Amino acid sequence: MAWKDLLVERRSKETLNALLFFSLALLFVFQFTLGPDRERLASVLPGLLWLGFILSGVLGLGRAFLVEHENDCWEALLLAPGDKSAIYLGKLLGSLALMLVVEALVLALFVVFFNVDLGPSVPSLALVIALGTVGIAAVGTLFAAMTAQVRARELLFPVLLLPVLVPVLLGTVKATEALLLREALSSVGHWLTLLIAADLVYLAVGVLTFDVILEG
Amino acid sequence: MSAVPLVRVAGLVRVFGAQRVLDGVDLDVAAGEAVAVLGPNGAGKTTLLKIVATLMRPTRGSAAVGGHDCVRAAESARALLGVIAHGTHVYDDLTARENLAFWLRLNGLRADRDTLDAALADVDLDRQADARVRTFSAGMRRRLSLARLGLTQPRVLLLDEPYAGLDQRARKWLEARLEALKADGAALLMATHSFGRELGAADRLAILVAGRVVLDTPRAGLDAQDVQRLYAAHTEDAS
Repeated sequence: MAWKDLLVERRSKETLNALLFFSLALLFVFQFTLGPDRERLASVLPGLLWLGFILSGVLGLGRAFLVEHENDCWEALLLAPGDKSAIYLGKLLGSLALMLVVEALVLALFVVFFNVDLGPSVPSLALVIALGTVGIAAVGTLFAAMTAQVRARELLFPVLLLPVLVPVLLGTVKATEALLLREALSSVGHWLTLLIAADLVYLAVGVLTFDVILEG
Repeated sequence: MSAVPLVRVAGLVRVFGAQRVLDGVDLDVAAGEAVAVLGPNGAGKTTLLKIVATLMRPTRGSAAVGGHDCVRAAESARALLGVIAHGTHVYDDLTARENLAFWLRLNGLRADRDTLDAALADVDLDRQADARVRTFSAGMRRRLSLARLGLTQPRVLLLDEPYAGLDQRARKWLEARLEALKADGAALLMATHSFGRELGAADRLAILVAGRVVLDTPRAGLDAQDVQRLYAAHTEDAS
């Protein structure tokens, strides 16, 4: 499933192009709004970074099941015998890979646009971003499947998703803020614990309920 | 032919809002038997197939495949099913070969490149094996969808207008494949509008009008004109 989704995306580039242009537009807006004030930047940068990640994630995840609508491929997924959680995990992996690529590019652009020196905090920041992205993708894939057959899915998807993501957003923004201030990874241990716990809960709920959600 | 039906539909009712699309359908299909369901647009043919295919729940009544209830034991029923639906279930940005390989993996099966290419050659798509489906005509997509029949051996095959959009060569291949599946003991349930040679594999005809089976008769001895007469008589009676 992940192989198929990534292959389709590599050829169509529909989601990747949309996400990159969206992220770029967002960065331009932030840059023009905030200007060169370093102190102001330092206080809002973690929030802006995750705002970029979450908005591009919502945009990408919302499209995760659209490809299954062409030629009624959705029916083929339903008809496949066996455990449907494999479909969930495949979709999740595909979305995760795409989100991580976009996030890496957005982070690189953030460094360039805002002249941020990440220095030695890159590995710690990568860990926080990875944990946050797993949480967003895990619950986002589930809700994308839930709303895929609904007429007002573009509206319903973020409305359902964003409140559930509060623990992930809280953990990632706080941990990112500390890391950008050059604090040690150990100082954000409690936020990492929150992120790991949220990821595990979201993944477990996704694996256990995807079957019911797919069947509608 | 086995006495135990592989497909058993009993008192099937499906209501959409105020519209009763299926209104107490009873239908059995035995192993090695093919039943063609005929009926005008909106008669409930596709709804009937979708319920048997476990893709839709009935409002009342039951459908079972190989003794497995299509709602309560949908997974067991699916393991026996093959479905050729209206939608072709192919991805436009995958090639013909990749589509077949993905569909097999989705169904827990694998096949080597030669087997996939042989299945594509069966439906005259071997030269387009590496072409993206986006470039295919509707008929080619349909043939790609049918190529799956060459890779699996379903015990129950559900077909919704299987001959639509096919050229003569593909029609002949499909007829031969359906006969082979029947000979191997598969049960075939096929919805169609056609009365001609498309009914070749059918052993029984069921005419569905306004959600009810108004005629269920053996096809033996009936030529296309007889079928057309029967169809006209029953559909006109109903209207």
